[in-house]
Order: sequence, then C-alpha cells, then structure tokens
Amino acid sequence: MLSIHYFASIREALDKDHEQLELPESVASVADLMRHLSTINPLFKPILDADRKVLVAVNQTVVDKDYRLSEDDEVAFFPPMTGG
Amino acid sequence: MISIQTDDFDLAVEYRHLRELAGDTGAIVTFTGLVREFHEPEDPAARPVTALQLEHYPGMTEKSLQSIVDEANSRWRLSGVRVIHRVGAMQPGDQIVMVGTASAHRQDAFESAEYIMDFLKSRAPFWKKQLTDAGSDWIESRDADNVATTRWQNSSKN
Repeated sequence: MLSIHYFASIREALDKDHEQLELPESVASVADLMRHLSTINPLFKPILDADRKVLVAVNQTVVDKDYRLSEDDEVAFFPPMTGG
Repeated sequence: MISIQTDDFDLAVEYRHLRELAGDTGAIVTFTGLVREFHEPEDPAARPVTALQLEHYPGMTEKSLQSIVDEANSRWRLSGVRVIHRVGAMQPGDQIVMVGTASAHRQDAFESAEYIMDFLKSRAPFWKKQLTDAGSDWIESRDADNVATTRWQNSSKN
C-alpha cells in the first residue's frame, strides 16, 4: 500500500491529510500517480493545474516527477517550503 | 543537536550548552529568527499579522535538518551545532528559529550558520500560515530564498 500525505495548502484544498492507496498497475512514476489521483479525485485536478508549484517527497526525500514508485512507498505532496 | 518543538527557547541557555559542547573553541555564532508583524512590509495593503501557524512534516523535518547540518559539518570545521525550530501557534515578536555554530575561527562559524539558515528556509518541510483581521493565508515561498541556496553551490570549502 502506498501511504500518501498532504501538507499545508494542499492538505486544506483536499480536506484530508493522508490516505492509503493500492499502487495501481498503470502507475509507475510520481507523474503517473499524480495523473491517477486527479482522475479519482476531482479536488486534485486544480492543485496540479495551478501555476503554483507542487513538491513531491518519496520516503521523506524530495524527488523528481519521473521517480519510480515502489509498493510500500510513503509519498507526500506539499507546496514550496517556507521555514525559518 | 536538532530540536523541533512547540515551546519557546532561552537563547542564554542554548548558548551556554553550545559553549560546553564545543569545549575549547574560538567562536560561537547564534542566529535567532522572529515572527514579523508584516510579512511583506513593502506592500501598503498588508494587514498586520495577529498569529502565525507553523506546520511541518514530522520525520522528514528532522531528516532534512540533519542532512543540512551534516553538509555544514563537512564544509566547515565545526565543534558544535545547535538548531531549534518551533512549530504550532506563534505571535508577532515570538522567537521561531535558532541556529548556533561553534568553531575555532569566526569565519567558519559565521558562514556555516548562514548556510544552515539558507537551506532551512527552502529545504526543510515547514509551512507558515498567517492570520490577519482579513482572514488567513499560507505564506508563499520567496524566489530570494531559493536563490540564497544557489550561492553555496560553487563555494565548497576545503
């Protein structure tokens, strides 16, 4: 199972902070997962279509959209970080 | 040592601990970041911030701060590093972040503290939400903060 976490403005837009998902066969990369999530959840589409940047971390490390996912990965979506 | 905490911190106590940890050292630099009342003072329409909410990604936060500190340790000769970042609810004027570095020489201490702050701002998973009398909004990341990290790319110190 993929464990997917959402933070900050993305968490609020989706109105949830995490979900579990069986890795679908059609999903190999992070980009595939983002496409898949926007087909199953209409709230996801405007987040990905928006000009604002969405960062993705897999197993708590920021990755590119072509990163290949494995079955038990922890995936997180969030806006650019604003610490300090 | 790295701490993520909701509680405030006492700079004098942290300085003393860092000084003890560093042993025979020549320089200690501490930086403290505070919550501002006006996030964008140049914007005449900006409303004063009444509260700040700081969200983070538990686990990844500690991991990314540790890798920033590790990198600082590999670039400079440091005898101690202390990082504290607060999360949760804060108000203007509150302390939000502290970085302390100890080294035999001041240049290493200054540069490494600046390096850690530059990366902490755009590479550690923290997000600020500000509340004003007009409502609440997530603070957008600044290009300047991302640019700040690039200046270290070609300056690996021996």
